[in-house]
Amino acid sequence: MAKKKRSYWSTTLRLLGIVLAIWAGVSLGLSIILAPLLNHIQLGGYPLGFWFAQQGSIFTFIVLIFVYAILMGRIDRRYDVHEKSEKKSNRKRG
Amino acid sequence: MSLQVMTYIAVGLSFLLYLGIAFWSRAKSTSDFYVAGASVGPVVNGMATAADWMSAASFISMAGMISNMGYGGSVFLMGWTGGFVLLAMLLAPYLRKFGKFTVSQFIRDRFYSKTAAAVAVLCLLVASITYIIGQMTGVGVAFSRFLGVSNDVGIYIGMAIVFAYAVFGGMKGITYTQVAQYCVMSIAYIIPAIFIAFYLTGNPIPQLGLGSNLRGENIALLTRLDQVVTDLGFKEYTTSLPGSTLNMVLFTLTLMIGTAGLPHVIMRFFTVPNVAAARRSAGWTLVFIAVLYTTAPAVGAMAKYNLHTTVTPGIEQNMSVFEPEASLVGEERPDWMRRWEKTGLLQWEDKNKDGRIQYYNDASSDQQFLTRAAEAGWQGNELMVNADIIVLANPEIAMLPFWVIALVAAGGIAAALSTAAGLLMAISSAVSHDLIKGIFAPKISEKSELLTGKISMAVSIVVAGWLGLNPPGFAAGTVALAFGIAASSLFPALMMGIFFVKMNKEGVIAGMLSGLTVTLFYVFAHKGIFFIQGTQFTQLIGGPNSFFGITPEAIGAVGAFVNFAVAFIVQRFTKNPPEHIQALVESVRSPRGAKTVDGAH
Repeated sequence: MAKKKRSYWSTTLRLLGIVLAIWAGVSLGLSIILAPLLNHIQLGGYPLGFWFAQQGSIFTFIVLIFVYAILMGRIDRRYDVHEKSEKKSNRKRG
Repeated sequence: MSLQVMTYIAVGLSFLLYLGIAFWSRAKSTSDFYVAGASVGPVVNGMATAADWMSAASFISMAGMISNMGYGGSVFLMGWTGGFVLLAMLLAPYLRKFGKFTVSQFIRDRFYSKTAAAVAVLCLLVASITYIIGQMTGVGVAFSRFLGVSNDVGIYIGMAIVFAYAVFGGMKGITYTQVAQYCVMSIAYIIPAIFIAFYLTGNPIPQLGLGSNLRGENIALLTRLDQVVTDLGFKEYTTSLPGSTLNMVLFTLTLMIGTAGLPHVIMRFFTVPNVAAARRSAGWTLVFIAVLYTTAPAVGAMAKYNLHTTVTPGIEQNMSVFEPEASLVGEERPDWMRRWEKTGLLQWEDKNKDGRIQYYNDASSDQQFLTRAAEAGWQGNELMVNADIIVLANPEIAMLPFWVIALVAAGGIAAALSTAAGLLMAISSAVSHDLIKGIFAPKISEKSELLTGKISMAVSIVVAGWLGLNPPGFAAGTVALAFGIAASSLFPALMMGIFFVKMNKEGVIAGMLSGLTVTLFYVFAHKGIFFIQGTQFTQLIGGPNSFFGITPEAIGAVGAFVNFAVAFIVQRFTKNPPEHIQALVESVRSPRGAKTVDGAH
C-alpha cells in the first residue's frame, strides 16, 4: 500500500516536472531570454519572440493545464485513487 | 440619442441584471455564503474566477501599459496568466481535497500552529486591502467620466452597489453575478477591438490583425509601428525592455507566483464539487481570461498607432516627422481630445508656440534625433497622455458609434465591481472565520459568524471607499506590493505544506517572515516606509535598483526564494512534524474521498 502510494506520488511529480519545464521554457525561455534571437524569424507580421511573449505563451498555458488535468485523471484511475462520483459522470457523458 | 443618455441606459441595465441575480441566488447557509455550497461546475466557476481576477487594472490599465511599454508590457500578460498553471498543478486540487473554507485554515491545520495561521491572515489582509483600494479608485474614474458625476459621488455609488450584492448574496450570489459581469466585460472589450482591427488591417480578429499588414499597404502593422515610434525618438515597440533581461524574468516570475498566492483567487477553487473539477476549472478560468488578454496587445499596439497618426498625420503621407506640416494643428484637434482634457488625464501645452502639437520622446537616448528635433524648433514634448485612458478612449479615438462607448463604460464598471466583491469575500472570511471563530471565539454560532462576516465586509467597504476618496498617493505602488507579499509569503508556505511532508511549523513561520521582510525592505527602500513620502532609504542599500538592477516590483520572486531557503534550513535543525500531520499530508495528496467543503475545526 505504502509502495503504491509512493509510486503514485512519484508519477505525479514526474508529470509536474515535465509540465513546469515547458511552462518555464516557453514563458521565460522563448519569450524573454531567447526572444532577441527568435525575433529574426517572422510569423506573419509578428516577430516570433514578440509573438511568444504576447500571444503564444498564453495559448501554451491553456493547453498545459488541460493536458495536465487529463493526464492526472488517467494517473488517478491507474492507481485507483480517483473520485467515485467523477467516474460515474464521465461514463454518463461518454 | 446622446452619449450621456446611452451610457445611463447601458450601465443601468447591467446593474439591474446584477442585482436581480444576487437576489435570486442569495445565500442561505455559511457554506452557501463562503463557498457557494461547493456546487459550482468547472466552466461556470472558471468564468466567475475570470471576472474576479480581471480587475479595473486589467480592464482599464493593462492595454494602456502595454501600449506604453511595448514588448516590456508582456510581463503583465505572461505574469497574470502563467500563475494559473502553478495554481492548477501545485495548489488548487490539493487545497480542494483538504476541504476547508479558507487559506489560513489550511496553514493552521497543516502546520498545527495558531501563530502560522495568524501570520497568514495578516499577509492575506494586507494583500487584499491594498488591492481593493485600487478597485474603488477605478470605480470612481469610470463613473465620473461616463455618468458625468463627480469622482466622490462615483465612489459612493460604487460602495453602495458592492455592499448590496456582496453582503446579501455571499459567495453564491457573487459567483452568478460575476458570470454576468464576465459577459458584459468581455463583450465591451472585444467589440471595439474588432472594429479597430478591421479598420486598420482588414482582419476583424484582433489577435490576427496585430500580425497582419496595414490595409492597402505592403507592410506589417508592427513593422510600421516600430518605424513610427523610432522616428519620434521612442524605443522600438517590439523589443523595448523594462530594465535588464534578468529584471524582466524576475518581474514575470513575481507576478506569476503572486497570482497563484493571492487568497481571493485560491478561494474560488473551494467552490467546485471535487478535485478533478478544481484542476479543470483553472483551465477554464484561463480560457476566459485569455479572451481578453490576447486581445489586449492588439488594443495597445493599435491604439498607439492611431494616436501617433492622429497627432502626427504626416506619418501617413510618408513625410519626415520634422517637417512643420507633419504635426497636427492644435485648433483642429479631434473632439475626444478636448473631452479628455477636461479630466486632466490628457494635456496639450504648446511649448514652442507654433500652434501645432509635437508628440515625441524628448528624453530619447538617440542624440542625433534630439539634435534634429532642436533644429526643427521643437522645445519639448507637448502632449501628456495618461496610460489609463487608452482603453476608455480607444473607441473615441477610432470614432466608433456611441453605443460602443457606452458599452465600454458598463464593462469597466463591471470589472471593478466584480473584483471588489471577490476581495471583500476573502477579507470577510479571514476576519470572521479565521480570526474570530478560529482564534478568538471558537464557540461562536453559525448565525453570528455569518453576521460577523457581513459586518467585516461593511467595515472593509467603508475603509476601502474612504481610501478611494482620499487616495494616499500610493495606489500604484500598493498593487505591486500585493503581488510581492503573496509571492514571498503565502505561495511558498502553501506549496511546502503540500509537497514537503517533513516541513514543520518552525520552518514555515521563519520562511514566511523572512520572505516578507526581504520584500518589504526592498520595496520600502524605494517607495518609502509604508509609502510615506520622504522616508525612502535607497542610499542605505547602495542606490536605486542596487540588487542586480532589480526593480522593487520584481523583488517578490527573490523573496519567495528566500522563504523556501530559510524554511529548509530551519526545518533541518528542528524536529519533524507529528505523525498525524504527516498522515494528513498523505491524504491531501490522494483525490479520493474529497468531501463537501466545511468550516468545522
